[in-house]
Amino acid sequence: MVIYGVALLAFCYLVGQIFGEYLGSWLGVEANVGGVGFAMLLLIVVNSWLEKQGKLDSLTQSGIQFWNQMYIPIIVAMASTQNVKLAVSSGAVALLAGALPVAVCYFTIPYLTKAFKPSTEQ
Amino acid sequence: MEIVLKFLEKNGLVVAFLVVGLMILVADNVSKRLLNKKVPTPAVAIVFGLLLAYVGGTISGGEKGIADVKLFSGMGQLGGSMFRDFAIVSTAFGASILLMRKSGLVGAISLMIGIVVAFFVGLSVAWVMGYHDAVSLTTIGAGACTYIVGPVTGAAIGASSEVIALSIATGVVKATVVAIATPLFAKRIGLDNPHAAMVFGGIMGTNAGVMAGLAATDPKLVPYGALTATFYTGLGCLLCPSVFYLIIRTIV
Repeated sequence: MVIYGVALLAFCYLVGQIFGEYLGSWLGVEANVGGVGFAMLLLIVVNSWLEKQGKLDSLTQSGIQFWNQMYIPIIVAMASTQNVKLAVSSGAVALLAGALPVAVCYFTIPYLTKAFKPSTEQ
Repeated sequence: MEIVLKFLEKNGLVVAFLVVGLMILVADNVSKRLLNKKVPTPAVAIVFGLLLAYVGGTISGGEKGIADVKLFSGMGQLGGSMFRDFAIVSTAFGASILLMRKSGLVGAISLMIGIVVAFFVGLSVAWVMGYHDAVSLTTIGAGACTYIVGPVTGAAIGASSEVIALSIATGVVKATVVAIATPLFAKRIGLDNPHAAMVFGGIMGTNAGVMAGLAATDPKLVPYGALTATFYTGLGCLLCPSVFYLIIRTIV
């Protein structure tokens, strides 16, 4: 059933986020430390485990898939509710901070490709 | 008219579904027809979102973009942190332990290098341009990873809406640059085989940009780039608001 998928996602979300909250307070930082990341890790682990057990039917999956497909729309909605008016004056930061890392990254690719050339190439 | 307005205000979230759907429909057409698929649809749609936020801020004089205009208050619900984080967690569904093994050591190393480089270069730019507090620096650095990692990190560590907007814009610029520049530089960086595509996906990480860039270079490479790029946003959401933030906090 679809709700199983949604509930599974909710479980991972809640456990991961609360872990992030606790980690934050434990570290003395007023922040949710990596909660979303932990939730994602948990989902990967639970998902792989359930798949092995053969307990992940297509309806359950579509309960998660739906949210997967909704994330760009949600990001668009989020973008439309930010204080962009204030941010425009520092728009150059976005341009540079977005483009410069890409330029640096391009340089690293040939080296990495060479350094990790697969030895068992056919 | 008054009845309609009141009705729409009451059903804000549903109105937001319709509005965002229409925005993406237009963005998709702009991306495909006007921009020849060079700029991926999500990037165009997010730019629309930012523009709408600007318009909203101008009309209302508030801080919450278009959500301050009553008719569009549902955008605040749809784009709020709960739905956002929920949907982002679901994107890990495509990844599995099997895929992780497949992407292997080279995937893991290129992911790490990609995130570290993007974060610290982005952060340095923010520093040079006058941002000197740990929260803003970390958020903009995270935005240089992807337009998802930025706002997730910003919300987690309590950044201002203005800085979060900047981090989204930073991520959009990155995705666009990757999409446009990749076919131009592909030859020079040896991006013509699956192995290099996996390195590329891990280094760049910004999903929409990687896929659009590889599709324009050689469609056969797309799945290999996607294999590693899948993990980038998740790893970024894990590292930026935790390890990286703590490091920056101690330095600044």
